[in-house]
Amino acid sequence: MSQLNRRQLLASSAIVILLGSPAARAAIIRGGLPWKPGAADPPTLVTPNGWHFFTPQETATVEAFVDRLIPADDLSPGGKDCGCAVYIDRQLAGPYGRFDGYYMSGPFQKGTKQQGPQSPVTPARHYRKALAAFDKACSDKFGGKVFTALSDAQRDEAIKGLEDGSLKLDGTDSKEFFKLVLKDTQNGFLADPIYGGNRNMASWKMIGFPGTHYDYRGWVDRHNQRVTLPTISIAEHPNWSG
Amino acid sequence: MARKLPHKDVVVIGLGWTGSILANELTDAGLDVVAIERGPWRDTATDFLISYAQDELRYRIQHELFLRPSQMSVTFRNNSKETALPVRTWGAFMLGNGAGGAGVHWNAETWRFLPTDFTVRSHLTQRYGANFLPQDMTIQDWGITYDQLEPHYDEFEYLCGTSGQAGNLNGSIQAGGNPFEGPRSRPYPTPPMKQGYGHALFAQAAKELGYKPFPQPSGNLSQSYTNPLAVTLGQCTYCGFCEWFGCANYSKATPQTTVLPVLLRKPNFEARTECEVMRINLDSTGKRATGVTYVDTSGEEFEQPADLVLLCAFSLFNVQLLLLSGIGKAYDPTTGQGQIGRNFTHQTVSSAIGFFDKDKYNFNPFIAAGAIGTCIDEFNGDNFDHGPAGFVGGGYIGEVQTNGRPIESTPVPPGTPAWGSKWKQALRDNYLSTIVGGSCHGSMCSYRDVYLDLDPTYKDRFGRPLMRITIDFHDNELKMSAFLTDKYAEILQKMGAKQIVKKPRKGPYDVTQYQTSHLNGGAIMGTDPGNSALNMYLQSWDVPNLFVQGASAFPQNAGYNPTGTVGALALWSAHAIRSQYLKNPGPLVHA
Repeated sequence: MSQLNRRQLLASSAIVILLGSPAARAAIIRGGLPWKPGAADPPTLVTPNGWHFFTPQETATVEAFVDRLIPADDLSPGGKDCGCAVYIDRQLAGPYGRFDGYYMSGPFQKGTKQQGPQSPVTPARHYRKALAAFDKACSDKFGGKVFTALSDAQRDEAIKGLEDGSLKLDGTDSKEFFKLVLKDTQNGFLADPIYGGNRNMASWKMIGFPGTHYDYRGWVDRHNQRVTLPTISIAEHPNWSG
Repeated sequence: MARKLPHKDVVVIGLGWTGSILANELTDAGLDVVAIERGPWRDTATDFLISYAQDELRYRIQHELFLRPSQMSVTFRNNSKETALPVRTWGAFMLGNGAGGAGVHWNAETWRFLPTDFTVRSHLTQRYGANFLPQDMTIQDWGITYDQLEPHYDEFEYLCGTSGQAGNLNGSIQAGGNPFEGPRSRPYPTPPMKQGYGHALFAQAAKELGYKPFPQPSGNLSQSYTNPLAVTLGQCTYCGFCEWFGCANYSKATPQTTVLPVLLRKPNFEARTECEVMRINLDSTGKRATGVTYVDTSGEEFEQPADLVLLCAFSLFNVQLLLLSGIGKAYDPTTGQGQIGRNFTHQTVSSAIGFFDKDKYNFNPFIAAGAIGTCIDEFNGDNFDHGPAGFVGGGYIGEVQTNGRPIESTPVPPGTPAWGSKWKQALRDNYLSTIVGGSCHGSMCSYRDVYLDLDPTYKDRFGRPLMRITIDFHDNELKMSAFLTDKYAEILQKMGAKQIVKKPRKGPYDVTQYQTSHLNGGAIMGTDPGNSALNMYLQSWDVPNLFVQGASAFPQNAGYNPTGTVGALALWSAHAIRSQYLKNPGPLVHA
């Protein structure tokens, strides 16, 4: 019997799914280690075609916004060209946007700061509502111009208004919204490029992180030396099979 | 109505470190054992792949491997006057899930507690007098000594292949190890890990200040190793994706890499995953467990009868199942009566960030491992005179940087704008030349007003009350944290940092601020039913065919990571079950 067939046989004897329904995953495991290399879910590569969550108007606002949070300069391309808006769009269309996995039973009530966030408003709903309110607030402040119609200096002024709370948003807290966009943008900028941001590993090259190497045994005791390995991401990993 | 399943000798609740160890020991004794695990099956080949394990967003930021609060959460408040609110997404601690439990995602820092940690109240009272401890501090002796536990610390370390340098071999102090540790009967099974530049600078600075630095004991192995069960682990590759991640390289000691491959082959063992235990069933006397009732993913309820029940869930959930099953008496903080929920503790961790000159220092922070590090133990336990200090307890201090992952480990100096080109410049200027991984791993004493009970309002998906955590820091811990942080900052100064940002732990306790996932107590061990839920063998005083494993048995927390002690206690308990209980089932200690 070939090695592969032996492994397949082992796998079939090791896991007995309790129920036939695909949703039911309770299992009895016995008779050896299940051996299904790579059978768990690899991540899905995000490709920048179309928008899954944002409307065209929202897209324009978010692309302009992330381009001010991470401006193009000598260190890296801007947030838009790095794919940060694509990253946020896909995150909001997925589990993150829905608070999947969060404890979402009520009653919802405001607690102390140290009790943590207690809002039932998901990130997807938060963005939808706050982006509309943001355009209205910009329009009120800048003579009828929405965020995308502003100059870079005015955009920075509007963002600072969110950051310090001076630019009020109708129905939502501007500081909270600022923190959410900043966190999402920076996560997209610094996460693996498979999620749509950090295109061409721009941030990793900027800071000197060589990426998803799995073996630094040859480097650990080369103290105070710059690692010269090429920067790689999961998608460029030699063992990638996603 | 639950469907009644065929009888088993032993039912194990939870297949993490303690469940795997106990199941392995009792199947060796010839018993028919079934483990009921709430989370999914996980093994290295299937779930942790070199091609995508190193994904910070998925595993670190979005908590892929952890218990989902939607499945089970807890509520939290600072004191009993407040209304506890649910933890909607994890913050201060991360709770494991699935086969291997928290043993999958841990850093593998594999410490022993100090001999005096086990006799802490008698020791401190003897040295400093009866009035030295605050009135509301409820620390107590464990009812077991270091010497009793030593063979099982040794056994756990040899199961894991722990990499380290002995500091005290049978009473003889060894150069390069921790001179404060209790005597160990053998050297570590494998030599210490290689240390990076930051760790080497720490060692040099610590020596110059008169301390005795040593490499942190690590379950990320310095070399390949075959354990006594004939399972082989690989050499750690210093990839920097360890804590919060599954190891794709078989080089972190986990149940998957040490015990499960052997356990799963045994005909007298079976694991049932994605099955959640609802309660432990008792007979009409309330003094004997008859098995457990659990629910699978279809929602069907099963009753699993067994002679022996081993509660091996995470500490919080051990306590929750005891309360939900009506075992023992719930703790009442107003009277101090009742044992279940009492002496809950966490940890008091603090740090300081050291910014160094970028033109002279390059630490390559991404070359790391969960338990790499160089530590000193001068300020742990009662290794120094607490008389002038005005507090008790302490912790190890170390340069233990575990990663250079870009979302988590890109500190910028205070005053840096949060966005824009200046933020980018600061990221670039500091990423390679900053030490962010300094740790003061402080202890936490137990107090009368820090406890667990069932929440009156918030329920899990089955309608069962969530565990309610009532906790705040006390002055003793805050003083200790400031003291340890200052000591670490002095070492950073000596190392050559140009700017140091001290981050001592401050109150109030905040459930969004990550410290460690070391939650302890609530079902503690002790010398009699008046001071504990369990006897010295982790056997329930109330229900003698129930043993409760894990850190819920700790009467208070020491200044170390808990897993070494959790593993040693599990092996100690397993030994008592095999050598005493099975021959004569009943209480192993008579109250």
